[in-house]
Amino acid sequence: MGAKRVVVVGAGMVAQRFVQSLRADDTDGRYEIEVYGEEQYAPYDRVALTSFFAKAGPEELLLGSQDLWDDPNVTLHSSTRVAAIDRDAQTVTLDDGSQRSYDELVLATGSSAWAPPVPGVDLPGVFMYRTLDDVAQLRDWVRAKQAIVGRPVRGAVIGGGLLGLEAAGALQSMGATATVVEFANRLMALQVDDSGGEALKSLIQRLGVQVKCGVATSEVVADADGNVGTLKFSNGGEQLVDVVVFATGIRPRDDLARAAELQVGERGGVVVDDACRTEDPHVSAIGECAAASADGFMSIGLIAPGNTMADVTAHRLLGRAEVYFGADTATKLKLLGVDVASFGDAFATTPGALEVVYSDPFSGAYKKLVMTDDASVLLGGMFVGDASAYATLRPMVGAELPGDPSSWILPEGQAERPDVELPDAANVCSCNNVTAGSIRHAVNEDGIHDLGELKSHTKAGTACGSCLPLVKKILNTELEKSGIEVSEALCEHFAMSRASLFSAIQVAGLTTFTDIIERFGSGHGCDICKPTVGSILASIYNGHVLADDRAALQDTNDRFMANVQKDGTYSVVPRIPGGEITPDKLMVIAEVAQDYGLYTKITGGQRIDLFGARLEQLPEIWQRLVDAGMESGHAYGKSLRTVKSCVGSSWCRYGVQDSAGMAIKLELRYRGLRSPHKIKVGVSGCARECAEARGKDVGVIATEKGWNVYVGGNGGFTPKHAQLLAEDVDEDTVFQVIDRYLMLYIRTADRLQRTAPWQEEYEGGLDAIRDVILNDSLGICADLDEHMTHHIDTYEDEWKAVLSDPKRLSQFTSFVNAPDQADPTLMYVEERGQRRPATPAERAELAAAGSEK
Amino acid sequence: MTTTASAHSTERTALADPHPTRVCALDRLTPDLGVAALVDGVQVAVFLLDDGSVHAVQNLCPFSGASVMSRGITGSRADEPTIASPIYKQVFSLLTGACLATMDKEPQPGLEGRLRVYRAWVESGEVWVDISDSH
Repeated sequence: MGAKRVVVVGAGMVAQRFVQSLRADDTDGRYEIEVYGEEQYAPYDRVALTSFFAKAGPEELLLGSQDLWDDPNVTLHSSTRVAAIDRDAQTVTLDDGSQRSYDELVLATGSSAWAPPVPGVDLPGVFMYRTLDDVAQLRDWVRAKQAIVGRPVRGAVIGGGLLGLEAAGALQSMGATATVVEFANRLMALQVDDSGGEALKSLIQRLGVQVKCGVATSEVVADADGNVGTLKFSNGGEQLVDVVVFATGIRPRDDLARAAELQVGERGGVVVDDACRTEDPHVSAIGECAAASADGFMSIGLIAPGNTMADVTAHRLLGRAEVYFGADTATKLKLLGVDVASFGDAFATTPGALEVVYSDPFSGAYKKLVMTDDASVLLGGMFVGDASAYATLRPMVGAELPGDPSSWILPEGQAERPDVELPDAANVCSCNNVTAGSIRHAVNEDGIHDLGELKSHTKAGTACGSCLPLVKKILNTELEKSGIEVSEALCEHFAMSRASLFSAIQVAGLTTFTDIIERFGSGHGCDICKPTVGSILASIYNGHVLADDRAALQDTNDRFMANVQKDGTYSVVPRIPGGEITPDKLMVIAEVAQDYGLYTKITGGQRIDLFGARLEQLPEIWQRLVDAGMESGHAYGKSLRTVKSCVGSSWCRYGVQDSAGMAIKLELRYRGLRSPHKIKVGVSGCARECAEARGKDVGVIATEKGWNVYVGGNGGFTPKHAQLLAEDVDEDTVFQVIDRYLMLYIRTADRLQRTAPWQEEYEGGLDAIRDVILNDSLGICADLDEHMTHHIDTYEDEWKAVLSDPKRLSQFTSFVNAPDQADPTLMYVEERGQRRPATPAERAELAAAGSEK
Repeated sequence: MTTTASAHSTERTALADPHPTRVCALDRLTPDLGVAALVDGVQVAVFLLDDGSVHAVQNLCPFSGASVMSRGITGSRADEPTIASPIYKQVFSLLTGACLATMDKEPQPGLEGRLRVYRAWVESGEVWVDISDSH
């Protein structure tokens, strides 16, 4: 091989980042990489551990792409612990006693949860909050307790830092009560000051979490069964508990390094220089297990510096000298839905620093900026309750802040915020260390003008995503500067976005393209704006897609109500609601396929696609399908496609609800609904999720109490799992929230924008959408409901309507002057017992055979 | 067998005897909705625009090899009337046949990346096309 071997000890987030970084730049394959992790999982997103409770399984937390682990130069050994390091022999010993040699060793062992040595800390029912297994066991314990006690499970969390508050949120999400016990006199003592801590406490108490600060836990006392039962406090107080989570801090895992006689820091952590090297030139340490000189030989429990160390080390192994400058301890968190952020000199330790504070006891928000003594340069800041200015301000640390500092912390709209131009050196994405300068370079020098491409090119915004609004702003500013118009225009004929055009048409009550382009556009339209207007008209009025002047607006699929294929013939898809079909209907489909020689395939949406129908055959085919009681499946439309389902409780041993019945109701409710892009729905009858509903725009999953509704899932080019919108709701509520979600999407999405990116880019994200749908925050719910009711009441099968209209039928003609002749250029060959279009080579052969006759 | 180089190339076949062909009655056409016609074995896409003008181009889409241009969407680029292929959405001028947007695709082997434009006109309520008169 000739490749050198890198052994990575630990398979956490930083290890993953190191492997990714080394593989990305080691184009010659100089290193083969072996990664040893003691957990059973591939590296997962530990920062998002709490989201485990809302997810279907551990695999949804896995980091990065599986390709990294399929790479032949990378081997991941999970459930394998490294027991010892022999630096002289350059080998590691695994827990089974075998040995592996290394050329380079990278320690990424992370840290472990630490609990104070109080009596009872090891009782059943006491948990740590560090690994996937920790949270899985916690969940199982709470569920089991719930089944026994017949009242809400009593939970307590020891530790009021980041992890403690996350754990409290997790307990609450499982239906348990939560009391947070913090030894210090305020919550989040590392991130916020006394006033900030007080604001945070009251915001969190409003959410039903009890908070005790300045209290130490002295003992955990068992109940009669030997499980955790009572907490005793240093002030003499007591509290009954069914479950306790310790989130009292972490300690770097440096035991391997200690045993190998590597130097460790005073408070733990393997000592490394600013290139992340230990005293042994072939041993590096990165992430929480390292104590870097640039951090004052302290271990830092944040992901962003760990990623930087991983990059610095990977690049050093490839011969590029880079320096780790120490951690940016800026953090922005959402705890129990409350924003908490701090950055720079948040505690105003700089001599002469000024603090500008805004505090609103009504909303609970607390905001503070720390400025130099002349109030010109930003030094740091702190936000509780509303951190909307964080993304813009954090990179401005050390730079002059234009305008009045208070404009940044007053509620939006109360003061004009000046536009700021970030210095090139400003770190925009602290997770991946991307500066404003490198983003500008990518836009101006590398010609990247699209946010998605910019993300994959610079890596900015690909980790936590909190900087994305800023990345987008820089992109737009640069484009404007270089004279590239950042246009929302649909095309040269309409200078507005689809969403604006939608409301313009709706408000003006216009119904024809001629009127619309005369009023809001110019020219004669094109293949972009015409179908868009066609879709909007269908969404608003639900008239026939071929009515009046609308036929000329439609893409060929909608114009002929079938899916065009590469040779210009069409495929036909009758609707099979919920994938349920009688043998009689199946037989009709089979006969039609046989009579017209149609290639037949089962689709991913649980229906049947018949390929190779010529334009002029479509009406005859549909006549037979309609006569047999079938209707258009709208497989050709930007509209509801199918509602996929599992068989559900009527047959399945495990099903808890009638998923097939629900799927059919949903499919019949939303059939024919025109939208900015196709809409797919799935319904599963239990948490096993056989219908893969979370891969759909709308996924409905049965629970013991009702249904969970998930939204914004996508397959396709950028797969996304749907996110929880409503939990344990009844059937009517399922319809109501989906009605509103779909209508909001239809009204406000861009052309050809699917629900996942729409929901991501919607101002305020899914939280804001939820607010609109569940709390009517925009006061439009009645309107959305009425709109959907109109759709349902006016639905007609568009194929049936065409079959009874001679004028529309006349469009389905092969040649206007020779209607009996079929397109003579169509050629087919047989494959696996069915026909398919001939390839160019096969066409040449067929033509030759024909001319020789 | 060089004569079979492409079964698509029927449009290139020169006609020995040029003559105008009546395609259909004008009232058979709907503004902006194309129709296909078979003129001496050549597939032609015929369009009536809302200004009353009629246009005829080859029905063969050079980028997909399918005979589908009559099923595309008409429109305009600046003042030039256009037709977009329904398969991969290339946009062509209805006046010159030039491709105005290739959508980053190459034409099929053996085909030119433009449309042949035929002379078309209306006479006594009938639509006529002359495929020997083209550019």
